[in-house]
Amino acid sequence: MREFFAMGGYAAYVWPSYALALIILIGNIIAPMQQRKKIVSDIARKIRRARNEQK
Amino acid sequence: MNVFMRWFHKMGSPRYFYTVAGKMIPWFMTSFVILLLFGLYYGLIMAPPDYQQGESYRIIYIHVPAAWMSMFIYVVMAVSGLISLVWRIKMTEIFVISSATVGASFTFLALVTGSLWGKPMWGTWWVWDARLTSELILFFLYLGIIALHSAIEDKRVAARAISILALVGVVNIPIIHYSVEWWNTLHQPATITKFDKPSMDISMLIPLLLMALSFKLYYGAVVLMRARAELLERDRNTRWVQELIEGDAK
Repeated sequence: MREFFAMGGYAAYVWPSYALALIILIGNIIAPMQQRKKIVSDIARKIRRARNEQK
Repeated sequence: MNVFMRWFHKMGSPRYFYTVAGKMIPWFMTSFVILLLFGLYYGLIMAPPDYQQGESYRIIYIHVPAAWMSMFIYVVMAVSGLISLVWRIKMTEIFVISSATVGASFTFLALVTGSLWGKPMWGTWWVWDARLTSELILFFLYLGIIALHSAIEDKRVAARAISILALVGVVNIPIIHYSVEWWNTLHQPATITKFDKPSMDISMLIPLLLMALSFKLYYGAVVLMRARAELLERDRNTRWVQELIEGDAK
């Protein structure tokens, strides 16, 4: 196991590569989710306000 | 009208696209995760170390698929740009900007992992080699497209502007691909994408292809997620969006 993590002495290069890939992959999933959530709540707020004004 | 054209027309309807894309995303995501896990398992555990580079070569399983994606996404983006300029189709306009952020991310990943690989193998983080420089230009093109899009208030005008920029920049793609042949500098020539047998053992090649395919599926999922968000933003004052969100609110 320790041998696996050591990557034949190249751990300092191999693991940062995989870590960055993971961060970027996850980041690009979270970003559009939050973008969509924000827009939906934005529009929902406007709809509610418009409805209240009608009353 | 054949089946494909009918489908294409239907997809032009924002509401239909929004619903269908929403159903497609989990499929893309699941198959991405499965292929990724297989790719990582074969790449990090099963594949033998390289006879020259030892274990350091395993960066290839991130670096090469990321670099392929950086170009693949750019081409998709430029084609979407061309379609939106010629036929003024709103859906393809949305794909241009939705692709840009993912494309920029993969380009960045290719550059950084290249650097991390270059240090132990070439002895330097960076050289102004033709391949590296043209890939860096690709990164700036993506950033330019994102910046231009956010600088223009009117989304349709913005979409047209970035489509033109994307099309102009497409000239860089063959330059990146052939840079290793035209200029004989540090970066090694193609191993897989050439008209010959790949010069790589099958045990090392399989994880590479698994990772590449998983990245493509990932792009499929993420671009659809972004496109849905973009679409809501753009159509926020239309009836279908109002109905959709009112339906959710109840």
